[in-house]
Amino acid sequence: MTLDQILASLFPKGHEVVLDHGLLSGRGDLPGGTTLTVIGVDGRTAVGTDEAIRLSANVLDVVKRDSKDPILVLIDSNSQRMSKRDELLGLSEFLAHLAKCLIIADSVGSRTIGLLYGHTAAGAFIATALATRALVALPGADPVVMDLPSMSRVTKLPLEVLEEKAKSTPVFAPGLENMTQTGAVAAVLDPTISLAIQLEALLVKPVESADTRDRLGKERHGRPKAAEIAARVYGLARGS
Amino acid sequence: MNSVLVESQDPDATWWSTQSWFGASARERVRGLLDAESFEEFIGPEQREMSPHLRLFDLPEQFDDGIIVGRGLLDNTPVLIAAQEGRFMGGAFGEVHAAKLTGLLRAASDIRSMPVLILFDTGGVRLQEANAGELAIAEIMRAVIEARLAGVPVVGLVGGRAGCYGGGSLIAGCCSAVAVSEQGRISVSGPEVIETNRGVEEFDSKDRALVWRTMGGKHRRLIGGAEMFADDTVPSFRDAARRLIKRVPPMNVATLVAEQHRLVKRIERFGACADAVDVWRSLGAAEPQAIPALAYQEFVALAHRLEEVSP
Amino acid sequence: MEHLKYRHAAQQRAPGSKRQALVGVVASGNLEVLVERVLPDGLCEVDIRTAAAGFSEIWRLVVADFVERRSPGGLKLSINDGGARPDMVSLRLAQAVRALEGEHL
Repeated sequence: MTLDQILASLFPKGHEVVLDHGLLSGRGDLPGGTTLTVIGVDGRTAVGTDEAIRLSANVLDVVKRDSKDPILVLIDSNSQRMSKRDELLGLSEFLAHLAKCLIIADSVGSRTIGLLYGHTAAGAFIATALATRALVALPGADPVVMDLPSMSRVTKLPLEVLEEKAKSTPVFAPGLENMTQTGAVAAVLDPTISLAIQLEALLVKPVESADTRDRLGKERHGRPKAAEIAARVYGLARGS
Repeated sequence: MNSVLVESQDPDATWWSTQSWFGASARERVRGLLDAESFEEFIGPEQREMSPHLRLFDLPEQFDDGIIVGRGLLDNTPVLIAAQEGRFMGGAFGEVHAAKLTGLLRAASDIRSMPVLILFDTGGVRLQEANAGELAIAEIMRAVIEARLAGVPVVGLVGGRAGCYGGGSLIAGCCSAVAVSEQGRISVSGPEVIETNRGVEEFDSKDRALVWRTMGGKHRRLIGGAEMFADDTVPSFRDAARRLIKRVPPMNVATLVAEQHRLVKRIERFGACADAVDVWRSLGAAEPQAIPALAYQEFVALAHRLEEVSP
Repeated sequence: MEHLKYRHAAQQRAPGSKRQALVGVVASGNLEVLVERVLPDGLCEVDIRTAAAGFSEIWRLVVADFVERRSPGGLKLSINDGGARPDMVSLRLAQAVRALEGEHL
């Protein structure tokens, strides 16, 4: 689905979402009446300090309005921008700030949902898609920590070797299926049904106060140990 | 084999009062930071909870998967502590490694009365477990924010061999305060990756001075990425930790609005700077080129002076 | 990954009050040794996991030398090897046993 098709399927009666220099902002009403604030990244744009600061400003606008409108984070991004200037300015603080804004917005009543429809990678992935309360995706979305050719260069393992190993585990190679198995992606939406209906169904589900992605990863056999180890450390810390 | 000779050249001999933080192991840092005999480890090495993924790559495992978590006392104050071992797999976050920190932070939120110290020493996400590591970074960030919402200080200490890169730097950005030494580096992308992406003209990853000017502890302290600058010693980091666990900045909408303003201003002031030296000059340093060579005390004094001039 | 295991009789119980200790790090050229006081006083066991295959004879010699010098009775020493040379292995084994006697780890 293209961005326009996605927006049309979400907001059949129209919307005010605009695209400016690779960043999305605006609002639209779901058929049931809920106003969704949309922020996001389109066109595989890299997320540097300039992008992150605008995205966080948009999130804070919602929070300052105190409307409790849910926030939809649409993502088709590159990785973080990898440049001298961005690191000089302290990109880590900008990306962390964006994630904080999304997490706090969710905590004060503006539920955050991520919808991954394209690419995303590394630091941008963490600060946008993975900072939402619930992350869903469309088929064909392509989340990546590091692409295999780069991984091959860094690990000094031939690409064919990595590809072979990737057949036996979902834990390192790129792809929507792997991210779903590890618990990062809650669900893959059906592009042949109204996205508005699917989103409204998500919004109607009660909010889980705990982060259950590790449990999801265990159920789906993507992360066999994370939930158990976290729970054990939690128990030991509380017991002592 | 002459074992007597080998023992007298013991590379691990320790003298706490002058021990380098950079050269210390994670266990040595924890021991040096906390009150004597006060440390209790959670899921220690004897539990043998190792990575289930490294064997696919025929890579050796470590009994604690490269991170120590537990509780102890800092000047009689109970604290929760996590310390990454930067020499094992570059201190990178794997599934088990990360989950130990996640569990610790979730406990901190519910306990509410114990600050958390995170001794970062990491190159980021462990590639062999990339998806688990990446998602875990996000889980840890959420857990840090929730701990802070519960009023718990989460203090990051950065000064190890691996620095604080990638996902680690994002977690550090969520902490209530960060102390960094000259040896520490904080950056999302590493030097080699910037060079690969932008060319050696923009960033020569072999130019150590450039790397440190751009990502190193002194620059982070001056530009506002770290609250305190520590000397490369265990006592200095202990002193920083002791002070920073007393700071409990609020975590609410007003905090974020102020932070947004601070970061917007930073881009306005320094967005056109080509190099850290230009940033430092802009901050008011009379001899910015001399900053990398400044010794600890002189640098700390300069940092305070510049803060007063341009907060 | 190669797993090697060596069991020896030991002359006497390893001194010290601590039940376990850990020395070293799994890094290139290094190794970690986890030592646990879990065996009868007259026995010692060294378990090794190493990615460098084919060196079992050298390990056997290093371990035998260590047992003879240290008399580590009652101890199980578990090693994760990062490709350490024999002298580094000997050093770590000695440090591990000393750590049971010495300061808190």
